[in-house]
Amino acid sequence: MPAGPRQLSGEAVAAPVAAAVPDAILRATDEWVEVRPERIADVLRFLHDDADLDARQLSNLCAVDRHDRFEVVYHLQSLDRNHQIVVKAIVGEHDEPSLPSATAVYKGALLQEREVYDLMGVRFEGHPDLRRMFLWEGYPGFPLRKDFLQIPEHHPGLPKFPFEESGVQAR
Amino acid sequence: MTAATEPYVLNIGPQHPSTHGVFRLRVVMDGERIQDVEMVVGYLHRSMEKLAEERTYTQNIPFTDRADYLAAMSGNLGYCLAVERLAGVEVPERASYLRVIFAELQRIASHSMANGTFVNDAGAWQTPLMYMFRERERILDLFEMTCGARLTTNYMRIGGVAFDPPEEFYPAIESLVDELPERIEEYAELLVDNEILLARGRGVGIISAEDAINGSLVGPMLRGSGVPWDLRKAEPYCGYDRFDFEIPVGRQGDAYDRFLVRLEEVRQSTKIIRQALDGLPSGPHKTQIPLALRPDPGEAYARVEGPRGELGFYVVSDGGSAPFRFHIRAPSLINLSLLREMAIGASLPDAIVALGSVDIVVGEIDR
Amino acid sequence: MSALRMGRRLPRRTVPRALMALGALVAIGFVAVNVAIGYVVIDGRLDGQWYDVRDLGIGVQELREWLDDRNAQQPGILDFLGQHWISYAVTALLGATGILSIVGGALLILIWVERRLIGRMQIRRGPNRVGPYGLLQPIADAVKLIQKEVLMPRGADKVLFFLPPALIFIPMIVAWGPIPWGAQMAYLDVHVGILFLIAVSSLTTLAIFMAGWSSNNHYALLGAMRTIAMMISYEIPLSIALLSVVLLSGSMQLSTIVEWQSTHNVWLAALLPLAMFTYFFSSTAELNRTPNDIAEAESEIVAGFHTEYSGMKFGLFYAVELGNALFVAALTATLFLGGWSLFGLEEWIPGYLILGAKISAAYFLLVWLRGTLPRFRLDQLMKFAWQFLIPLSLLNLLIVAVEASVFARWEVKGIVSLGLFAIVNWAAAIILVREWARRMGYRPEREAVRQPILTQGVGGLQAARRLGAPEMGTQV
Repeated sequence: MPAGPRQLSGEAVAAPVAAAVPDAILRATDEWVEVRPERIADVLRFLHDDADLDARQLSNLCAVDRHDRFEVVYHLQSLDRNHQIVVKAIVGEHDEPSLPSATAVYKGALLQEREVYDLMGVRFEGHPDLRRMFLWEGYPGFPLRKDFLQIPEHHPGLPKFPFEESGVQAR
Repeated sequence: MTAATEPYVLNIGPQHPSTHGVFRLRVVMDGERIQDVEMVVGYLHRSMEKLAEERTYTQNIPFTDRADYLAAMSGNLGYCLAVERLAGVEVPERASYLRVIFAELQRIASHSMANGTFVNDAGAWQTPLMYMFRERERILDLFEMTCGARLTTNYMRIGGVAFDPPEEFYPAIESLVDELPERIEEYAELLVDNEILLARGRGVGIISAEDAINGSLVGPMLRGSGVPWDLRKAEPYCGYDRFDFEIPVGRQGDAYDRFLVRLEEVRQSTKIIRQALDGLPSGPHKTQIPLALRPDPGEAYARVEGPRGELGFYVVSDGGSAPFRFHIRAPSLINLSLLREMAIGASLPDAIVALGSVDIVVGEIDR
Repeated sequence: MSALRMGRRLPRRTVPRALMALGALVAIGFVAVNVAIGYVVIDGRLDGQWYDVRDLGIGVQELREWLDDRNAQQPGILDFLGQHWISYAVTALLGATGILSIVGGALLILIWVERRLIGRMQIRRGPNRVGPYGLLQPIADAVKLIQKEVLMPRGADKVLFFLPPALIFIPMIVAWGPIPWGAQMAYLDVHVGILFLIAVSSLTTLAIFMAGWSSNNHYALLGAMRTIAMMISYEIPLSIALLSVVLLSGSMQLSTIVEWQSTHNVWLAALLPLAMFTYFFSSTAELNRTPNDIAEAESEIVAGFHTEYSGMKFGLFYAVELGNALFVAALTATLFLGGWSLFGLEEWIPGYLILGAKISAAYFLLVWLRGTLPRFRLDQLMKFAWQFLIPLSLLNLLIVAVEASVFARWEVKGIVSLGLFAIVNWAAAIILVREWARRMGYRPEREAVRQPILTQGVGGLQAARRLGAPEMGTQV
């Protein structure tokens, strides 16, 4: 059973995607489709352009830290057909995760990807302006990661105000 | 002889009358014309998403008050819906009605504030804002009667609402709902035809329907651009399909259209409240849930149509008593995706009006 | 009734009856004293030219002559300054003190009046805590402002930053000189009064630009630039509007203009509606009052040129703003509303009370505008000045010039020709405004009031196209 009332099941999405973008789909449950991370931009492009799936809006983008991997979750919305599609890209690398950016397809990803990068440290390759958003450049670590409190050198919290003596200016 | 000007950087904010909070814009300007704009946020970042991972599901409800502090009820509602979906909790009928009533009251309060500050940004000297505060004040009184708080209501609970409204609530809300339509007409008379507001609002900050959809805009921003999208119709939660109301849609996608859409939504909300009051069933106002709720591992994404648009809550459970991941899809932040498109090339006063029509709440941007 | 509601109810009567009665007594006494003085004055009980103790102008003149006589007998050590230096110095000091005390007193009350009025317009109470009815609020404000630290931004030009609060005060005081408060009751009744006023009031711009430039702040600079642009644009229609007054009354002397209105028993507002509108609108632009307060547009550039000023320096800017508004009200009352005359009633009521009432009415209009309207954009205001006000006031000037020459040559009874002029001017004003606006492309009947489309169904782009909603990019 899909979680949302108007959510397409993963299998229903997976079939047309697999036909159009070969070897992109890794797994399809009834809730979501798991996509090979390096192909995520192509899959999103197809979902956006396809007349039946018609995922014209990226309604939500966020990442989940699963200790050893990152799940980047895309909630896509078709306004005309009124259904929701959930796509996940699971990045196995935990120290330097990265995957292609969705900004070429969705302008709405501009700020959401920046937020994910800022708080989770997932790099989106091809994002035009991937910088820290809430925190400042040079902040130690990424606070939403599960191991944030175990960063050895840096105790979380501020020893002093960030620009006090470093002279680093946030842009 | 040619005269050349040099672009310069203007910091609008973090303290500025028109940024409605600690929100900062770095604007590169040439004279009065904007060449580039960049937003600098984070002054109000409270790390709610991290804090929520340490607290039980019920303890997280107050965070949703403080995210969008002008629409605390909508935040409460969205989060409770997400957790109910995750844990499979049923909500009694009466609770659903009460939720609708309070969410719509909150929408009226928030839209009044939004329209008032919008006209303020267009240069009025507080007068429309004060008039709109009159209604907002009465709504906040209703909140205070019911749950003891005016802004940070913390009213919705997982499985219902916290309190049944007291006896004196009903006559107060009846008289409010009776008076609201004529009050709205009063504002419409003062503002809708106002020549200066027309001159300031029309053709400013235009966003096409395509851009609005592609840029993930939601709420009055999306509807102002002509897209009839409202989650109360598209994905009816809390039984919104029982009520008869209409979606207002703008004609040109400019700041003035968003203002008109908000004004019309207040009328529609009044209609909804009237119907919900008439049909309010008796019965329990919440279901009992375990104190430490432990939903099965899984995830849920629930969204409500808040005053600023789709307010989504993505909650992931690993079977523990605290959410494994708690994410707020903040409409205020994501509505700013197209800020550059609206502002670049415009003059400073136009950009301020366009920003005012977005209706940002900094608590929600930064979280 | 909940406790909440009960707690809301404030005690109805916060001021004791005795205090109100005392206030009424004081007011009645004030009026009675004035009537008595007026009676004595008009009856000529005090003989000769020196007939009014309150007459600043003549008093000053007397003093100067007396001082000159003394000075001629005993040469002083500072004679290289000129023959009459001591008399000029003394009279200037005296006049400035007089104006300053009157205007300063008026300002203290006006701050309260404006805040109360705007409070009423905004369904609030306004200041009501300090003193009876909050009357002492301006004094409390002043005390607070004096106590506050005066900051100077780093990188500011120290001299230029220091001067403007003082410089901006001078034109405001000087401009009050020629205003006649009654028959022969003007401190500085110069023959080129209107020219003098235009020249003096333009000086404010200099101080504003100094303030904006020296603050080393982009907001301040933007505000200053806007002020300059506005001043250049609106000085022209303002001057033309005043010129039509001069043409019709045949004098630049303010007292003569008032007397002209008094002898012909007509207000110039009735004869020159367009000139009055032009003058009033241009003045609001120069005064930075809504709807034209772009130079210190709060929502855009924080406070404009005085963003960086704090403490009493800010207080001075604030006071000057109010004082200038009051001055514009006074000039409007003098030039267009008959000044101290009121159709013969001035024989019974002292002229300065009549003028005061008219000033209050004009000032109320300014406050009302501020409490009601949003603000124009800079380019819209510029466009309005250059494309609308200047051509219209030029055309109006032409009409008035013809009328003035007719009036000067033909010996018709005043009431007939003036009535005719009034009809012609009102008709011309209405036709000119209407036709010129249409020429400029204003077609209100073509645009229906925009209302949002109401729909039941949801959808995306296709639904939007179906609704035919977004005619995007169409300029309005």
